[in-house]
Amino acid sequence: MPKWNEETVRTGGVDLVTIKGGSGKPLLILHDELGYAGWMTWNERLAEQRTLLIPLQPGYTRTPRVEWIRGYRDLGAFYARMLRELRLDPIDVIGFSAGGFIAAEMAAADPKIFRRMVLVAPMGIKPEKGEILDFLALTIRTHLRATVADTVNTAEFAKIYGGEMTPEQFEAFEDARTETARLGWDPFMHDPSLPYRLEGVGIPTLLVWGSRDGVVPRDCIDRYKAALSGAQVAQIEDVGHRPEIENSPEFVRVVKNFLSA
Amino acid sequence: MQLGYFTERPYRWVPEDEVLRNQAYFAVSNRFFDRQKGADDYNYYLDENCYAEELGFDAVALNEHHGTPFCMGSVMNVEAAILARITSKVKIVLVGNPLPVIKHPLRMAEELAEIDLISRGRLVAGWVRGAGSEQFFNNANPAYNREMFNEAHDFIIQAWTRPGPWRYEGKHFSYRHVNPWALPYQKPYPPMWIPGVLSLETVQWCAEHRYPYVGLGTAIGPTCDLWDFYADQAQQLGYQAGPENFGYLVPTFLAETEERAQELGKGFAYGGGQSAFSRPEHTLPPGYNSKEAIRRLAKAPGGSWLGVSADKLRQGAQGRGETENYDEVRKKLIAAYQRAQEGYQILVGTPKSVLPKIKTLMQVLRPGIFVAFNVQGQVSNQDRMTSMRLFAQEVMPALRDYAKEIGLLDPIERAPGSVKVCAGTSRLPVVDRSPLAALGLK
Repeated sequence: MPKWNEETVRTGGVDLVTIKGGSGKPLLILHDELGYAGWMTWNERLAEQRTLLIPLQPGYTRTPRVEWIRGYRDLGAFYARMLRELRLDPIDVIGFSAGGFIAAEMAAADPKIFRRMVLVAPMGIKPEKGEILDFLALTIRTHLRATVADTVNTAEFAKIYGGEMTPEQFEAFEDARTETARLGWDPFMHDPSLPYRLEGVGIPTLLVWGSRDGVVPRDCIDRYKAALSGAQVAQIEDVGHRPEIENSPEFVRVVKNFLSA
Repeated sequence: MQLGYFTERPYRWVPEDEVLRNQAYFAVSNRFFDRQKGADDYNYYLDENCYAEELGFDAVALNEHHGTPFCMGSVMNVEAAILARITSKVKIVLVGNPLPVIKHPLRMAEELAEIDLISRGRLVAGWVRGAGSEQFFNNANPAYNREMFNEAHDFIIQAWTRPGPWRYEGKHFSYRHVNPWALPYQKPYPPMWIPGVLSLETVQWCAEHRYPYVGLGTAIGPTCDLWDFYADQAQQLGYQAGPENFGYLVPTFLAETEERAQELGKGFAYGGGQSAFSRPEHTLPPGYNSKEAIRRLAKAPGGSWLGVSADKLRQGAQGRGETENYDEVRKKLIAAYQRAQEGYQILVGTPKSVLPKIKTLMQVLRPGIFVAFNVQGQVSNQDRMTSMRLFAQEVMPALRDYAKEIGLLDPIERAPGSVKVCAGTSRLPVVDRSPLAALGLK
């Protein structure tokens, strides 16, 4: 039995490729700006109790680009339409990095769309202290390396980037970078009005952040916490921007605890 | 034949080690900019272009780059406007204005109209997408680069030809009131020559618009392939491409003796030369290149591509070294300088040794426009002007005779796209590869 399969979900005239795996109540996963990284240990653990739905973002090689989507708010509207059409809302969500930005946009537009929301090192709000790493000004390899604190001892990092790339991987990463630039170039990976639009949104929220995150500074988390009153923070020590692979057991523990509450 | 003069207007006073340490010109800190020297140089380069006119060049070409000592022309239209007033005969060729980077096509239409009016019709407009680094410097979204280029171009043509006032709402630009009072001196608008470094999409676009394409020091073999591609496209569009559709710009430096020319010509390799224009992360911003171009790069990641040398790509893959032995780097650069000469991508020598090389380029590529690109690096004003004088006095007359002999008509003598082809007939050749094998070139 395969642990997951791939489906095509027709949304707004677009064939949205979606990874689906596990069993139980559906859980929406919004991948980060580099694209779906593959089925990892954390997916496996969460899929024991939940059905993971991982749409592959339009423009990211597998799902075609949607021209009218010109920013993260548009993208959030697109995914919201998918949830409406599949009658999946309200649903639990985990958004990683730029995927957290998308989830926050969806929550701001419709405070009833999510039951519980996990934002892992989310972009979307401009920090007052520090800066979101300008990864668009880096080569893909440098960017990839910046996403984990310990590239050598993080076994699953090699699944994402083992030091070499096939032409297909290179193209997929370039597609991801292109679409991210298209949507998030200016203002860079944030929307100045998002914190204001999030005020009063009552969705229970968990903010997960690695203490050695080199991409999203801690102040982004603090500003989300300020905007979403009552949001909890789970700081995972000694990991970078991908706590889900650098310390999967702890990541899974805090997420499961939160979602099952 | 149009014979043009071009210089990047290099800032010559930045220590070479700083460029090497940065592994590129782009992003060298402006703390190395000396205002006095900058003032001297801007004035000198304007004088140099006047000298080019005095020497009999048909055209002076300007370009624009941002945030780099490689080229001081960060606002080319300012220089063009001054030259419009202080020269009287020479064409002012812009190679070219980076439309997606400037992001204001109405203002561009006004600026160029003024330049054309002040010069009384001597402007040749040219457009570029802007190098990768310019996208960063100007915060221009690289994923929309091609779209913005096309839209800005089409808008400018409209702004120059459609009586106003009218309203424009496009995808990337919107204007409530389009009615530029000053229109270009030339009717309906100035000719346009498009420079490039072998982007297929740009060549196709040029063929569609019947604009001459000017290869910027591109390798001869791939340039021939591209000329053929242009000509094939042209045929499908119903016209025969000819020399009037092509231009070639190549680094050219002359001195009284071979030894002196070779020594000073090393300026082309100063700091790494053109291949050190910017680092890979700045040269290849996300979305800047087409999907097809990315596929080509993906399949040949070790190769040199779009101005990024194989060494640079490897550095991008491996990360930047902490320490470098710059003497070793310099040795490599000099070796590359020698190889570039063997490949005719840099022409250095006395008039006697350089003339046959240019004639070979003219025979092979058959361009209607040839532009000599003066040396980079720390070369004195006097030596730069000596090179210009030797070119004008001892090379140019022979080039004009040769161009006549082999029928190199320029875009002013024959409008690009004006020679029709009959359906079903094969097109005429636009290049002559016959000399390449004997020269070890392909």
